[in-house]
Amino acid sequence: MDWGYIFSVTLQSAFGIEAIVFGLMAIGLNLQFGYTGLLNFGQSAFLAVAAYSLAVLVTDMGFTFWVGIGVGLLAAVVLALLLGIPTLRLRADYLAIVTIAAAEIVRLLVRSVALKDIFGGSDGLRDFSAGFYALNPVTVGQYSLGPVSLNQDKVFVLIVGWVLVVLSLLMVWMLVRSPWGRILKGIREDEDAVRSLGKNVYFVKMQSLIIGGVLGCLGGFIYALGYQNVGPDFFGTDTTFFAYAILILGGAARVLGPLLGTIVFWALIQGTDVLLRSGIDAGFPLVAWMSGSQAAVVRYIIVGAGLMLLMIFRPQGILGDRKELALDAR
Amino acid sequence: MPDSAPELGPRAIASRQILADVPRLAGVRKPDPIVVADGIIRRFGGLTAVDVERVEIQRGAITALIGPNGAGKTTFFNLLTGFDQPDEGHWSFNGTSLSGMPSYKVARSGMVRTFQLTKALSKMKVIENMRLGAAHQQGEHLAKAIFPFTWRPQERAITAQADQLLARFNLDAKRNDFAGSLSGGQRKLLEMARALMCDPSMLMLDEPMAGVNPALTQSLLGHITDLREEGMSILFVEHDMDTVRHIADWVIVMAQGRIIAEGPPDTVMHNEAVIDAYLGGHYDQALTTSGVSFTEEATS
Repeated sequence: MDWGYIFSVTLQSAFGIEAIVFGLMAIGLNLQFGYTGLLNFGQSAFLAVAAYSLAVLVTDMGFTFWVGIGVGLLAAVVLALLLGIPTLRLRADYLAIVTIAAAEIVRLLVRSVALKDIFGGSDGLRDFSAGFYALNPVTVGQYSLGPVSLNQDKVFVLIVGWVLVVLSLLMVWMLVRSPWGRILKGIREDEDAVRSLGKNVYFVKMQSLIIGGVLGCLGGFIYALGYQNVGPDFFGTDTTFFAYAILILGGAARVLGPLLGTIVFWALIQGTDVLLRSGIDAGFPLVAWMSGSQAAVVRYIIVGAGLMLLMIFRPQGILGDRKELALDAR
Repeated sequence: MPDSAPELGPRAIASRQILADVPRLAGVRKPDPIVVADGIIRRFGGLTAVDVERVEIQRGAITALIGPNGAGKTTFFNLLTGFDQPDEGHWSFNGTSLSGMPSYKVARSGMVRTFQLTKALSKMKVIENMRLGAAHQQGEHLAKAIFPFTWRPQERAITAQADQLLARFNLDAKRNDFAGSLSGGQRKLLEMARALMCDPSMLMLDEPMAGVNPALTQSLLGHITDLREEGMSILFVEHDMDTVRHIADWVIVMAQGRIIAEGPPDTVMHNEAVIDAYLGGHYDQALTTSGVSFTEEATS
């Protein structure tokens, strides 16, 4: 077995584009769910509207890169308002129902045959990232970081992505330690108590939903630019649930939870995959009965079982505080 | 509970003197009302939970709202504080109309409530619970939240105020504990102290003594009477008649959604309608001599 290869694949995945995209999603969810208690099950829709806004404006309509980004951000805010206005006055579960439905509507809309001319149907859209890579200050060439080798474009996306992750974490950190963040934590526990103290709960929940959605939509931009392609199938509900798994794995309501979660999660997903495949190639009797494509499924079973064990023995996640979790809800 | 009433402060004596001349009638006008409610009706489907023609609550006094279970006390409370909206009626607080106003604005206008099932925020520290109560913290605006220098000085002042209140309510030792680790009575104290962080002019206490041990009840009662001496108007819902007799200046009695009697505690407790409401009519007559047989009573 080539341990160097296994290590380099795992490392690439732990800090790759997917880790950034899901990290940003989870950072947004952390503000919404971890701190405010808003069950947003439609985070993938925020990524979708951002990525597709960028793609449609640049590819179909010929606008510049920055206009695409601007409209994408605006689209995320509008989506948050659309979801929040009817549901945030109601109990938390209504938001969950509406967001999961809205995310599916967005996905089916951009996938539809009728709108193929605009959104490209199931093929999606491409050729919109030139404006972004034109900004690339990295000199053309191959860059190697230990065992990992990257070209200049990949290096640029990763730098921009991780800078966004760090800035988002910084913003969340500053927000949750402010008096505004204190209202969020109050709302998470008991809205009526917060309301009785003269706080506009509805407004603050809306702010949290919008900020969390915009943070998620940054992940949509990185996804679109990193793969230089948007397709509808990435924006399904499983994407949102991966982000939730990451958040809970890292520790909800901890600023660094999503960061640690996404690194560990993607290291596990790719690490187990490459480990199993290498084991099959090396003919280890324990795994040799599998084919490569079976191994891709088995790793999800292994990771899933691992997450279940984590939930049983460490329900607060890696960074969470057990004491806080143990306190009764009342 | 000791039988003797606690010593009355000057404000208590003053408000009792003022209320002494007020007729003992349901819906009677008060000399200086802080709350005036008119024609409040709240229906849940076919059930009329609250139907209050008129009620006034005297400023600077402790008013008790009593009544048997299901009388509509808590519903009426929710209506006054904006947590529920009535089907009909209007009411004002300090001269401003509160009709249709959302609960957070009611709280900002100075009428702050507590809850029957205590709502201490368990996963927040005691001191954070207190800070959350503070009104006008600039850092609660999103735009200012990320610039700590815009709210830090105010936060220090709020913390100082919170620490003072915690000391007053004997919670200073628990300052840095999670509110979830407090006992039931301490949570009631915390909820009251937190409400005071909003600088209210009127406190609405929904069963402040429910589930609190007798020793802590005494301390809670002491705090409530102290607040009256500071000029606070207080309306509280209570079941325990002893408690009401000890601290209330005026009692309003509700039954089946209506206000059936008003007056100072001693008068109200001997009111026929009140006794009927609590114990049912004919409570003091033996079934055999009441003129109706047991089966007839049950089927009627």
